[in-house]
Amino acid sequence: MIHSLFLVNSSGDIFLEKHWKSVVSRSVCDYFFEAQERASEPENVPPVIPTPHHYLISVLRHRIYFVAVIQSEVPPLFVIEFLHRVVDTFQDYFGLCTEAAIKDNVVVVYELLEEMLDNGFPLATESNILKELIKPPTILRTVVNTITGSTNVGEQLPTGQLSVVPWRRTGVKYTNNEAYFDVVEEIDAIIDKSGSTITAEIQGVIDACVKLTGMPDLTLSFMNPRLLDDVSFHPCVRFKRWEAERILSFIPPDGNFRLLSYHVSSQNLVAIPVYVKHNITFREGSSQGRFELTLGPKQTMGKAVESVLVSSQLPRGVLNANLNASQGTYTFDPVTKLLTWDVGKINPQKLPSLKGSMSLQAGASKPDENPTIIIQFKIQQMAISGLKVNRLDMYGEKYKPFKGIKYMTKAGKFQTGMQRPHVSCVKA
Amino acid sequence: MSSGSGFGDEKGGSSSVGEPEYGHDPASGGIFSSDYKRHDDLKEMLDSNKDSLKLEAMKRIVAMIARGKNASDLFPAVVKNVACKNIEVKKLVYVYLVRYAEEQQDLALLSISTFQRGLKDPNQLIRASALRVLSSIRVTIIVPIMMLAIKEAASDMSPYVRKTAAHAIPKLYSLDPEQKDQLIEVIEKLLADKTTLVAGSVVMAFEEVCPERIDLIHKNYRKLCNLLIDVEEWGQVVIINMLTRYARTQFLNPNVNESLLEESGEKAFYGSDDEEGKEEKAEAAALAKRKPYVMDPDHRLLLRNTKPLLQSRNAAVVMAVAQLYFHLAPKAEVGVIAKALVRLMRSHSEVQYVVLQNVATMTIKRRGMFEPYLKSFYIRSTDPTQIKILKLEVLTNLANETNISTILREFQTYIKSMDKDFVAATIQAIGRCATNIGEVRDTCLNGLVQLLSNRDELVVAESVVVIKKLLQMQPEQHSDIIKHMAKLTDNIQVPMARASILWLIGEYCEHVPKIAPDVLRKMAKTFTNEEDIVKLQIINLAAKLYLTNSKQTKLLTQYVLNLAKYDQNYDIRDRARFIRQLIVPTDKSGALSKYAKKLFLALKPAPVLESPFKDRDHFQLGSLSHLLNAKAGGYQELPDWPETAPDPSVRNVEVKDSVPEWTKCSSREKRKEKKVEKPFYSDSEEESGPTESADSGNQSNQCWLSFHVLSKQNYTRVFLTRICCLIKQSLLSGAEEKNRAQKVKGRRSGSESESEEEEESESESSRSESESESESESDTDAKKKKKAPVTKPPPKQAKKESKKEKKEMSLLDLDDLIYRSFKILPSVTLHSFPQLSRLHLLKSPLLTTSCPTIAPSGSVKTYELLHRITGEGLGVEYCFSRQPFSPDAHMVAVQIMFTNNTNAETKNLHVEDPKLQSGMRIKEFPEIELLPPGEMVTVVMGIDFCDSTQAANFQLCTHIRKFFVSIQPPVGELMMPVFMTENEFKKEQGQLMGMNEISEKLTLGEKCQNEHGIVQRVTSAANVSRVPCGSDKECRFAGKTVSSGILVLVTVATKEERAAQLTVNCEKMVIGTMLVKDILQALTQ
Repeated sequence: MIHSLFLVNSSGDIFLEKHWKSVVSRSVCDYFFEAQERASEPENVPPVIPTPHHYLISVLRHRIYFVAVIQSEVPPLFVIEFLHRVVDTFQDYFGLCTEAAIKDNVVVVYELLEEMLDNGFPLATESNILKELIKPPTILRTVVNTITGSTNVGEQLPTGQLSVVPWRRTGVKYTNNEAYFDVVEEIDAIIDKSGSTITAEIQGVIDACVKLTGMPDLTLSFMNPRLLDDVSFHPCVRFKRWEAERILSFIPPDGNFRLLSYHVSSQNLVAIPVYVKHNITFREGSSQGRFELTLGPKQTMGKAVESVLVSSQLPRGVLNANLNASQGTYTFDPVTKLLTWDVGKINPQKLPSLKGSMSLQAGASKPDENPTIIIQFKIQQMAISGLKVNRLDMYGEKYKPFKGIKYMTKAGKFQTGMQRPHVSCVKA
Repeated sequence: MSSGSGFGDEKGGSSSVGEPEYGHDPASGGIFSSDYKRHDDLKEMLDSNKDSLKLEAMKRIVAMIARGKNASDLFPAVVKNVACKNIEVKKLVYVYLVRYAEEQQDLALLSISTFQRGLKDPNQLIRASALRVLSSIRVTIIVPIMMLAIKEAASDMSPYVRKTAAHAIPKLYSLDPEQKDQLIEVIEKLLADKTTLVAGSVVMAFEEVCPERIDLIHKNYRKLCNLLIDVEEWGQVVIINMLTRYARTQFLNPNVNESLLEESGEKAFYGSDDEEGKEEKAEAAALAKRKPYVMDPDHRLLLRNTKPLLQSRNAAVVMAVAQLYFHLAPKAEVGVIAKALVRLMRSHSEVQYVVLQNVATMTIKRRGMFEPYLKSFYIRSTDPTQIKILKLEVLTNLANETNISTILREFQTYIKSMDKDFVAATIQAIGRCATNIGEVRDTCLNGLVQLLSNRDELVVAESVVVIKKLLQMQPEQHSDIIKHMAKLTDNIQVPMARASILWLIGEYCEHVPKIAPDVLRKMAKTFTNEEDIVKLQIINLAAKLYLTNSKQTKLLTQYVLNLAKYDQNYDIRDRARFIRQLIVPTDKSGALSKYAKKLFLALKPAPVLESPFKDRDHFQLGSLSHLLNAKAGGYQELPDWPETAPDPSVRNVEVKDSVPEWTKCSSREKRKEKKVEKPFYSDSEEESGPTESADSGNQSNQCWLSFHVLSKQNYTRVFLTRICCLIKQSLLSGAEEKNRAQKVKGRRSGSESESEEEEESESESSRSESESESESESDTDAKKKKKAPVTKPPPKQAKKESKKEKKEMSLLDLDDLIYRSFKILPSVTLHSFPQLSRLHLLKSPLLTTSCPTIAPSGSVKTYELLHRITGEGLGVEYCFSRQPFSPDAHMVAVQIMFTNNTNAETKNLHVEDPKLQSGMRIKEFPEIELLPPGEMVTVVMGIDFCDSTQAANFQLCTHIRKFFVSIQPPVGELMMPVFMTENEFKKEQGQLMGMNEISEKLTLGEKCQNEHGIVQRVTSAANVSRVPCGSDKECRFAGKTVSSGILVLVTVATKEERAAQLTVNCEKMVIGTMLVKDILQALTQ
């Protein structure tokens, strides 16, 4: 399966290598560098690159390429999924998964990689098990370790690997027992210039932070479980129970984990919480253009739209923009032609707007009037799909835990502004 | 002093290998400037007795490895710490060891004993980790040790250790592919394992070692299906992929009736309605002829049990299920995967990339499935280009009459994108839609023509290329477009586009008779500055015009051809020369010029704009090979459905009441840890281990305890034997070691001498017993053998003497522990003997007919060693005579019969060059100087098989030839009878409980329902003797292995009807299991 792993930074240096079978020379990465040169953007490097003797499968996260070397047939998704799991683990351990963090913790990284794969086949990828084997470095522990000479490696052996609930470590103890659930939804949408929705989908997740003593067995039920028809679960969720009763029943892992993610597809009606009105005009022969953009809330059930950020890639012909924002600040980068406007909170009484003029390159032909506008926002205490948790119960332990549920809606890939031509235009 | 901090300085230095990097490292403190000294520093730290210093050193070394620096010269210093108490140091040493062992084979061997000790640890996690590291050390010399360790771990009571054993199998296989057959045995055994922990890993091993042995899956198929949902996610992927292949060989195509429909449906898609109607009728007729398809319940089981996994969080699992459904499910059911795949599209871009590739392939075959999700494939401006292009591919495949207008509208917006590669791909996509869907062809063409006036040259160029392809379909109607395009030659610079325009004008010059010569005139002017492809098209245009309109263009053509004649590119020069000969009639020009017009102006078929993903589905979806559209190494072809289904009964499994002991133990153990287990996830309760364990808790608790009692003793013994093997390889040779061995010898010979005589008498009587029993069987085959002259074994006296010699020889194989533990046995046998024979006389009438000859008796099976044809007239057979081998009691006597079938004498028959597994020994027979033609001679040789059923390979030499032969013993021949009383038997049996006990239920065969039959069968399957027994429901047998004298106890308890239970107690589980198998076979036949 996975032969070796190379970590490559954005400047093209291999800063870590690990081999699970016999050693593969790092020169194999030359093929990767070639492909990297050919690709215009970093994310356009093909994930799978065949070379004469090996195949390179890579993922790009946090501006680091994780390049796995494969020698024979293996499902590419298998490797890609695993590499992402590695990155998630690093992030879990070091807070960030940057080159500096990996270099600072190179020994822990190596120990982790050693445990995660055996002969190239995944062995322990559950964060709970790994944390039992290798304790995450904290500042306090580092200090203590240097003084006492004790180690990061767990003294006791990972019993979790042997249990039927391999995702939960044994002997968990807390003085405050608490279970928090965050329902986070992201809207992906493409909206026409005229405001009609081309496509809109909701990607939802329920992230949990569970700190409960012992071996609790939780059930979580929803007011409207019918919304969840396309779901993927953490392995701890009992699938049959969900099928039969639409109740999530599970023994949770300890700590943070993603309980489930769901998808509300474009076939359903998705409420769009904001609207954008914009008018960008260029006159033929003139070196000036007008820019007008107004934002407003829509279908937010009275909740405030916060952290709004608008960005747009203006046409190449635009030299500079001289705009006036009714609230927040805007920036225009004349090199990349990227306009960003940090709006903040939308006040429904006084809608934020950005107006002004743009100067154009002299003599250039009339640029396209409909650049894409990308919007980011957050709405607290609301799940746009309408999903609501009914109750959370705990069995198997005697104490009363503290429970909390939070909702949030965010913009995912939310784009608007492009004009959809009428079919008749094509015919003309 | 953090090791990582050195990284900053190292930047950029990583590419140059062997650069003296250590000076940069702050860890060296700048005091030591050279590598040499720096390593001294590390060595010192490693040699110190402070764990913290060792740890610091190891951390620095691991950091070096991580950066790809060579740290191999520290090997001796590091390996010394392999037994360090500190866990982190130990782990880092393992990391180092696995990395460098291959380069430093000899030194790596020093660490082996530590792992061997670890293999015997009572803690399962330590056993597992020892096996893991041991099997990761890529040193060929330890292959036999690895093999043994794997075999043993495969029958370990801990499922975690068994899982590790499964992981170790491919490691050993890659190290030494010759072990394949033995590894397959282990795989077979592990495949039968009922725990979820093992399932994924063993299937992975199966896929790497013997993916072609699909027959091993039959019996485990249903179990794997049922366990699947509880297996860890990575294992699920491997199992699902394997089961897809399996199902393709075992079940019938569920779409067999629809495949007709599908094909014609595709053909007729763009055709007229009544055409379709006709075909439907034909299909209906075809359908009527076929018999209705009924899905195999096992096929259904697979589909049903994989479906929930579409909701896995792991993209690889979802993809695996999706491909399984695509390849195996009836057409009506495949739809369920679309939703899951669309969900994956929201994942990381790499996941999207792979999923889209697969969706693209699926949409060609099963368009309907993804149509409802059309909008999910709309392209966002933030998508990376490679994703955009794949989405475009999917959208194009999904286009049909109903949705084409929306899709085209989307495409129109995409053309405005700033990403030029994407725009080009969009234009091509429009072209493909136009060719596929007749109704929109004109719309598309018009749209593309509009694009010709686009400001962006790339857009125009791409449009030209696409328009050219479209025009080829109906050129007559579009002379306007061709004229329009002719004008473009003045502005457009992209070579491919220019070439396309020229080709168009040339091809349809009759539609544009006025413009064409003018274009040629312009092109002739710029000829020298054009790109090669354009030049070729200019020549082409000239030739075509010359043929149709030679008046106007004759001179121009001559001019162009002259220019081309002196071009730098030889392709162009060749083309010019060729065309000149063809079109310009001269005296010399042959018959061809007459046909020039036909050649150049033949009607060319319109190009087919096809998806690059067409026909990719002959690769298993989701595989690397599919993604690359090329076969990757190790790819297993997805077989075609069979015409008729193979026998489905191969998957039937007998329902067993008793589970093997270790399953109980392991599940018991789990129960201790977790009480909530029972209702857990395994909704398929038919076969899963944990549920069964519920009622066997009490019993397993016992065996768990007894295991602990026994384990220590056993482990030390096996361990010592291993060490001895190593000593033999003279790796640890040293005076100290020798001394130790000497001591062992001394002690043992003392304890043994008194028991010698008893031992002999035992074996003697057991022999006569087994012989007399088998006498009655009167096998014809065996009778033939009897006539053969037989050499009698040497008399007892000689045997005694030689026994002393043997002790010198076999010193290293055994240790005093074995003897201590078995000393008790012989002393009691004397008393038990009379009692035993009396009982036998009473119970088995056979003993009364005693047989004086020592010939191989009826039950003794002969095996062929060398066929007379391959042996060029020399035929050799062998049998296990079951007589003690006098020169060495630890050897199994093998009787070898040579027959000379030639007319010439065979001389100097002897053994040469034995190739043995470590620890095995061979005692050759004395050379046969002469074997006259037609004669037969029998000799006896001894082989110490080390209590394993591995074959002994050697060469059989005559005066002229050498033959490679091998002798493989059945497990039953590796033992010799032991006599004991009922009480002793019970006592010994009591000590061999738990994992040392293997029992199986069976139904007795027709011929062995009475006691006599049972005794006969058992003794013929194994060289054991009967033990007296008070109950007539039970038959007991005892024996010990020849090589190490381990006790083997066999009990057959009969019940009502023909049911019986077979129990074997033996501390060597491998022997026990194999023996159970053999006896079971003997009894059930």
